Amino acid sequence: MTALSIRSTFDNSSVSEPPSHLPEKEKKFKMVAENVTISYGDFAAVKNITMKFPEKSVTALIGPSGCGKTTFLRCLNRMHDMTKSAKVEGKVMIDDIDLYDKSIDPIYHRRKVGMVFQKPNPFPTMSIYDNVVAGLKLNGVKDKKILDEIVEDSLKMAYLWDEVKDDLKKSAIELSGGQQQRLCIARALAIQPEVLLMDEPASALDPIATQKIEETITELKKEYTIIIVTHNMQQAVRVSDYTGFMYLGDLIEFRETKKLFTDPKNELTAKYVQGQFG
Amino acid sequence: MTTNQRRQEYRALFKQNVEKRLVVDKAVRAVVFACVIIAIIPLGSILVEVFKNGAAAISYEFLTATPGSIGSGEGGIGPAIQGTLIIIGLSSLIGVPIGVMSGIFLSEYGDNRLAHYIRFFNDVFMEFPSIVLGIFAFLLIVLILGHFSVWAGAFALSLIMFPIVARTTEESLKMVPMTYREAGTALGLKKWVITIRIVISAAKSGMITGILLSVSRIGGETAPLIMTILGSSTFFRSMDVPMDALPLRIWRLSLLPYDSAQLQGWGAALVLIMIILGINLGVRYYFASKKGNNIFGRLIKQGAIIKK
Repeated sequence: MTALSIRSTFDNSSVSEPPSHLPEKEKKFKMVAENVTISYGDFAAVKNITMKFPEKSVTALIGPSGCGKTTFLRCLNRMHDMTKSAKVEGKVMIDDIDLYDKSIDPIYHRRKVGMVFQKPNPFPTMSIYDNVVAGLKLNGVKDKKILDEIVEDSLKMAYLWDEVKDDLKKSAIELSGGQQQRLCIARALAIQPEVLLMDEPASALDPIATQKIEETITELKKEYTIIIVTHNMQQAVRVSDYTGFMYLGDLIEFRETKKLFTDPKNELTAKYVQGQFG
Repeated sequence: MTTNQRRQEYRALFKQNVEKRLVVDKAVRAVVFACVIIAIIPLGSILVEVFKNGAAAISYEFLTATPGSIGSGEGGIGPAIQGTLIIIGLSSLIGVPIGVMSGIFLSEYGDNRLAHYIRFFNDVFMEFPSIVLGIFAFLLIVLILGHFSVWAGAFALSLIMFPIVARTTEESLKMVPMTYREAGTALGLKKWVITIRIVISAAKSGMITGILLSVSRIGGETAPLIMTILGSSTFFRSMDVPMDALPLRIWRLSLLPYDSAQLQGWGAALVLIMIILGINLGVRYYFASKKGNNIFGRLIKQGAIIKK
């Protein structure tokens, strides 16, 4: 099946919103991407995607390599500003503010959105403590008491506190890979974001570290809106409430995770979740 | 699918080559080792020669006194040592900040046509004969002001310095993985904060190497100094009059037909080598002992950042 025939068979509007039988209180959308197209030169990596992310829930983006899920995730934080060749069209609304509005300063709004990357990337020259509060300290927060509090709080939320509480001055790169990734989660949480973007946060980690990250995500869901890109379908089932399946830059199907995996509406989704390609 | 028999043949093929590969491996290692030795021999023999000939000249008087009358073998190179330290310090004060800033521009903001041209001219500039830069400083400062001066010398040497610093800074900053910049951006940090506190702090050892390289380079420059600070037999008096420097003194002493002058020349060369060595070791030791501490980033934008 080609990308073209997929697009003609699937009705964008009917699947891009979560099902209507959700309880009322969950129907608030924290983030809304409207008609987002991201292109590098002539190549469109993400094609006209509209997606709404319910508040305090986990939304997973799945799909085969190169389908544009990471590219899409990065646009939710205006990370493409760093890549000159990338062009983003459409709207990304966070609490009724369009991130791509000309009058918006992305630096301020990025603080509402935390991001965790595929590979752990703690700042190599900083201690564990300084890594966690890097976003605050370098933005001018000086109060030692507040910083101490936030370090403890963030590390506890990332389930790292017990392992590092006696070694906060140790260099961050002395931690194991899994610990580094949880440190990066703590660092993202320390700026008190409302949305957390995670780009395959466990792909470089062993099963135990992965499990810890997943537990962290489940716990964080109570307070944050989380959007996670993952290659691992079991992981999507385990941690997410909603799942979007992407293929060749298109959003094929976006529904409650259980429904998407047990009763996919689209033939392509069915094939992918059954492991027939990918 | 390859048959099992074919696989066995492949394995035999790899085994066949083992002997040959081991021999090649040893040969390559020997050639590499030999090349290192060949490169070290002239360097080492220069050092040995300088030590052998110069050590006898070193004395307290030699290091501190002004030059005596020509051919007497009396006096010392005090003004030259002082002048070299002044000119290195002053050139670094001008050349290092400009070089570092240019390097930051080329690496962090250098994705455009302007930077492309600057990079190209910077590379050309780096290969300029230093005497040309000396003549440039002579025309621009000495002729216009009407006298030789320390300023002109520092200007000429900083022109030699900053392309080297710019290039090495750019290269070191580019070595810092993009993912740290992304992490900083995602934390809502401003670009200059990311550059100074995260990128430079990760790249500082490469940057320091570049700066030391440029210091060593200008420490031995003679030609531009002839055109600018001229040389002198007295200690530093003012920025607007000629001053002495070790390379100039070595050059003048080496031209004299007296054995005592030759000896003093060797002695001055030894002192110059020791100064350069001392600066290199001192700076490296200082930063090695501060490892894990963002001292470099803090030095650059002292005051603007929250104290530890």
